[in-house]
Amino acid sequence: MIPEIGHFALWLAAAAALLQAVAPTVGLWRNDAGLQRLAVPAAVAQGLFTALAFAALTWAFVVSDFSVKLVAANSHSMKPDMYRFTGVWANHEGSLLLWVLVMALAGLAIAFTPATLGSRFRDRVLSVQGLVALGFFAFLLLASNPFERLSPAPTEGQGLNPLLQDPGLAFHPPLLYAGYVGLSVAFAFAVGGMLENRVGPAWARATRPWVLGAWALLTLGIALGSYWAYYELGWGGWWFWDPVENAALMPWLAATALLHSLVVVMKRDALRAWTLLLAVAAFSLSMMGTFIVRSGLLTSVHAFAVDPARGLFLVVLMALYIGGALTIYALAAGRVAEGRQFHLVSRESVLVANNLLISAILGVVFLGTLYPMALEAATGTQISVGPPYFNRTTLPLLLAMTALMAVGPFLGWKRSGTGHLAARLLPAGAAAAVFVLVAAWPFGVRGVGWLLGFGAAAWLGAASLSMLLRKGVTLAIAGMALAHLGVAISILGATASGALQREALVALRVGDAVELGPWRAELLDVRPVAGPNWTAIEAQLEVKREGHRGAVLKPQSRMFVAPAQETTESGRAGWRTGELYAVLGKPDGSGRWQVHLWVKPMVRLIWWGGLLMAFGGLLALGGKLRAFAPHKWRRQLARPAQGAA
Amino acid sequence: MNRRLILLLPLLLFAGLLIFMAGNLGKPQEAVVRSHMVGKPVADFALEGVAGAPGLAASDLASGKPVLVNIFASWCLPCAVEAPQLQALKDKGATLHGIAVRDTPEKVAAFLARHGNPFQRIGNDDGGRMLIAFGASGVPETYVVDGEGIIRHQHLGEIRPEHVPELLAELEKAR
Amino acid sequence: MAVARPRKQQRLVLALVALAVLAAAGVIAMFALEDTAAYFRAPADIEANPPAPGETFRLGGLVKPGSVGRSDDGLTLLFTVTDMKAETSASYRGLVPDLFREGQGVIATGRLDASGHFEAEQLLAKHDENYMPPEVAKALEGTGHPMDKTAAKGG
Repeated sequence: MIPEIGHFALWLAAAAALLQAVAPTVGLWRNDAGLQRLAVPAAVAQGLFTALAFAALTWAFVVSDFSVKLVAANSHSMKPDMYRFTGVWANHEGSLLLWVLVMALAGLAIAFTPATLGSRFRDRVLSVQGLVALGFFAFLLLASNPFERLSPAPTEGQGLNPLLQDPGLAFHPPLLYAGYVGLSVAFAFAVGGMLENRVGPAWARATRPWVLGAWALLTLGIALGSYWAYYELGWGGWWFWDPVENAALMPWLAATALLHSLVVVMKRDALRAWTLLLAVAAFSLSMMGTFIVRSGLLTSVHAFAVDPARGLFLVVLMALYIGGALTIYALAAGRVAEGRQFHLVSRESVLVANNLLISAILGVVFLGTLYPMALEAATGTQISVGPPYFNRTTLPLLLAMTALMAVGPFLGWKRSGTGHLAARLLPAGAAAAVFVLVAAWPFGVRGVGWLLGFGAAAWLGAASLSMLLRKGVTLAIAGMALAHLGVAISILGATASGALQREALVALRVGDAVELGPWRAELLDVRPVAGPNWTAIEAQLEVKREGHRGAVLKPQSRMFVAPAQETTESGRAGWRTGELYAVLGKPDGSGRWQVHLWVKPMVRLIWWGGLLMAFGGLLALGGKLRAFAPHKWRRQLARPAQGAA
Repeated sequence: MNRRLILLLPLLLFAGLLIFMAGNLGKPQEAVVRSHMVGKPVADFALEGVAGAPGLAASDLASGKPVLVNIFASWCLPCAVEAPQLQALKDKGATLHGIAVRDTPEKVAAFLARHGNPFQRIGNDDGGRMLIAFGASGVPETYVVDGEGIIRHQHLGEIRPEHVPELLAELEKAR
Repeated sequence: MAVARPRKQQRLVLALVALAVLAAAGVIAMFALEDTAAYFRAPADIEANPPAPGETFRLGGLVKPGSVGRSDDGLTLLFTVTDMKAETSASYRGLVPDLFREGQGVIATGRLDASGHFEAEQLLAKHDENYMPPEVAKALEGTGHPMDKTAAKGG
């Protein structure tokens, strides 16, 4: 019964989305205030019904109602409670339902945040948002119904891919989706801005909080996904340039560029057309990311749905939305006169340059991700483009960007002198020199790339810190400086863990030891252990360093009950900001066990940096919201007067 | 440079991309793969029995009359879904043999106790080698093997009620 | 010095710089693609047209049943990749993926040595029961076996 209620609620939510899309559009067109005013109640209805549908599916998962096909195919009564719950979105249909839920909640948020650009603009944005949501409701209801029943109901479910039974991956999709959906709001603002011809500083101020929030959530989601891949896949790496990873990275890059170009619109009323294009591109890339993951067009380690019919549906949706937005862009952006001019040495031009570099990174990632598909379609040749390509193309661009990121915040708007720069960048320059020397001499790092990485991290880190220490720091500036510091810390983590890593692949008997630089690892024991729905072989590997307390790593080889599958669990222990990381392989038949051991200095800084970036974004967002507050009170005070009139 | 043209450029690029993606969609890209063994004799094998049923060997398949070979596992949901259809096939006179892949005898026995045992012989293939011998890409799959032990037909995925007459017709054809 | 550039000229400079950066990135990207892209080959492709020793490519096929062994140091996995038409002997030094099994699909990235033996740097195994890497499926198809894919959507 409850699944049917959920199904029905989903139809009602779709109807509300239809109303939200059509009523304000017709109202605005025919100047019918009554129709136009339906936008807000429609958004509320859409939010409530979608939440109800989501609650119904969650209920089916939590009580293990295997008569629902989705539950039977993706859950199991023996699964731990938390994964029965997160199992809701660890599959195609459920994740789409989560997508529309977040989208509906964003609609609610638009309806209830103060309409700084007027109610007309808010209703326009809501109608665009409703139109986008409508497509995804159609996709859910017509091509991937999560409430489909199974008859006869099986007595037991098929289980959830053990790789997905993990806290890291359980909360990775909701974060990413919330980020994508935040970008859908920016998309709606861009389309609304073009239709209403409102693109300008006020529009940028209204759009930017959404982009900030979306960007922070995407940053968190990507950092979490990278951390998951690091400890769960057991390959010792933290970024694999896998198409699925690239699919999340590309919207993030576009959002980063958008975040910075919006500032230029806000402060200087320049770069309008470019900013609009970025806003459209950021959400388009989010949809394309979903398309890439869901359609199975790419061979990937973690694509988990393969269905061409659904792919076709998504292509049609994208054609409508992206094609429509770009058509409006081609027609309306010409009306959006470019704003004021600025000098080549100014904050604006550095932001433009960084936008350009981010776009170039986006371009090469896009090319590397899609080129194999294009080549196969054109010639039938199958190739794979991997880390060597992406590292070679993106890292130089990233390096140039880091160099500029330290300089930009010290420049003035419009036209800037350069006399003060030398003094302000002195700490950064000194820090970079010290880091490079220390890395090269006591630590013996060789290779220009690694040394440049250390230098860039120190350069940007020191510049961001000195920004924080200046007088008159606002929340917005602090957020920016912290986010930049986060980038520096991530670069430091990535460089140090790569340049100073030690690695050993050995076959050990119990009692054997292996030396790894100053470290010594001894295999103490290998024994079976059991978990809630798995059994495992667990090794106990004691890793010690002269004069320090040792740590015992416990890598496992797990056998899951449902579905029957093996996974590798890495054994890890922290050492300062670095990690000791071990993976247990198979026995070789003569009593030896394969063990892959890494020492990765400062590797945790990669994700700490990601967290700091997201925190910086949220801090800047906090600054915006505070600016909202008095405005809202003013409006509420003014409202009764309007009603009387 | 013409400004209008520049503003049109993103749309044109996207249109190109879309055409390419739509073209890619048109191509079949199913992950399931038809067996390349259809029309060929089953490679020689001999599996031990399980759940009280006698074992299955290649010689049992070349018995002079066509049989159905069902590849299943207790951990496979569609295998449970297709159980009534297997029973229906048996009731209509078909001879069924099973191959349990990557499973334990206890779980196979429990599975058959719950969903019924339509099989005459069941081979226990804990290594999953028979998947390659039959050219299967997953479970469940069902094969029609003729009287000389040659694979005549492959059915991918679970057998739904509408597939039962289809399989009976294939059995008839293999006679 | 302090004279602001005329708007047109400023925009032209900006556009030219932007174009130069993007063009440079594009050229670097194309060269990098040329250098680093790994082609996909099945054993039959190698037999028909052997790649130069040292070229990195992806070898795909099925792990031949009964072919998996281990070298004396306990670290190197020896196996044979087959596409039912030809076979390539391969080795991999490292931990074997959980899903690596005899009779299953596998994709290995690596290079041939002078004797035609494939040394893998990375192994990807089939992901689950109902999923075969599309490349492996295609390689099997390309060998001329009477195998057709289920064509749910035209083709």
